[in-house]
Amino acid sequence: MSTIAATKTDLPTGTWNVDPAHSQVGFAVEYMVGTFRGSFSPIEAKLTVSENSATQLTGSASAESVKVQDENLGTHLLSPEFFDAERAPRIAFSASRVDRHDHHVTVNGELTIKGITQPVTLTGTITDPIQDAYGNDRIGLTLETVVDRTRFGLNWNVPLPNGKPALANDVKLTAELYLVKEA
Amino acid sequence: MTILGISGSLRQDSYNTLLLRNVPLELELWDGLKEIPPYDEDDDVEPAPPAVARIRAAVAGADALLFATPEYNGSVPGQLKNAIDWLSRPRQSAALRNKPVAVIGASTGAFGAVWAQAELRKVLATAGARVVDAEVAVGHAKERFDADGRLQDENLRGQLDEVVEALVAEVPSVVPVAA
Repeated sequence: MSTIAATKTDLPTGTWNVDPAHSQVGFAVEYMVGTFRGSFSPIEAKLTVSENSATQLTGSASAESVKVQDENLGTHLLSPEFFDAERAPRIAFSASRVDRHDHHVTVNGELTIKGITQPVTLTGTITDPIQDAYGNDRIGLTLETVVDRTRFGLNWNVPLPNGKPALANDVKLTAELYLVKEA
Repeated sequence: MTILGISGSLRQDSYNTLLLRNVPLELELWDGLKEIPPYDEDDDVEPAPPAVARIRAAVAGADALLFATPEYNGSVPGQLKNAIDWLSRPRQSAALRNKPVAVIGASTGAFGAVWAQAELRKVLATAGARVVDAEVAVGHAKERFDADGRLQDENLRGQLDEVVEALVAEVPSVVPVAA
């Protein structure tokens, strides 16, 4: 007798808190001749799924926590030209809708950068829960999306001699989250 | 509230200094620009050269800055740019960091130092300042002031009002911080 596994659409219930030591939130943007990357750490994130499937996914990081390879560049990113960390100290994400299809997820939520909130759709993957070496239940959640940074007021650019802008507007955002179930 | 006015012209009878005197607000006018030594990272140590320490303290203590710049060869006068270089270091505790600033300018030519103003805004933003998006370009400066140094053009006086209003609106005690 053959069995056909049902497509999983339910999220694992419970409150799942981020393991900040192993999770990562990063950005990647085309700059002149390559891809420039940076990250934010530490990050906060939480997924709550109630028995009736009500879902909440939230995450945030301090703008000051942006990590790049150079201190001068990092300080420039915090300035009013970029994140304006003085006036908009936190970068935040919130969603109340997470659709699952097997191990693929689609998340519709709102992203706030530089005090400006915009709707975003993220796609990614989710694992089934496993028990880690310490007896905790864990899931892995990866998400990514592309946003136009100018929608959030990050408008800096400089023209190259060929007339093209040095920095692209589209920025790829990625989150690789280890989530641990609250006891 | 302390608004520091910095003229990019060192000349005694500078039109840009005169322009700052026409601003409808009590400014503290900076007169120590000429004493600032050329930026040299070897000299950028504690204690800073006295003229540098003075302007850094004045800028750090001001709520906002208003620059008036002439245009030399299509750009910002060297001594003004040099002062900004000092004020932009060290990066993380720089006096200019997050400081609300606005730029106005006067020139004896037709265009009122618009290129220098644009470049000065770029330099200030790169230095980490909070640059107000406003401009006052006083062209033909020789003919714009009366014998008492009063700016004669009502339209330009209105623009000065708007720049000052926009600058004051950026002072931290006025602006609520986002959650």
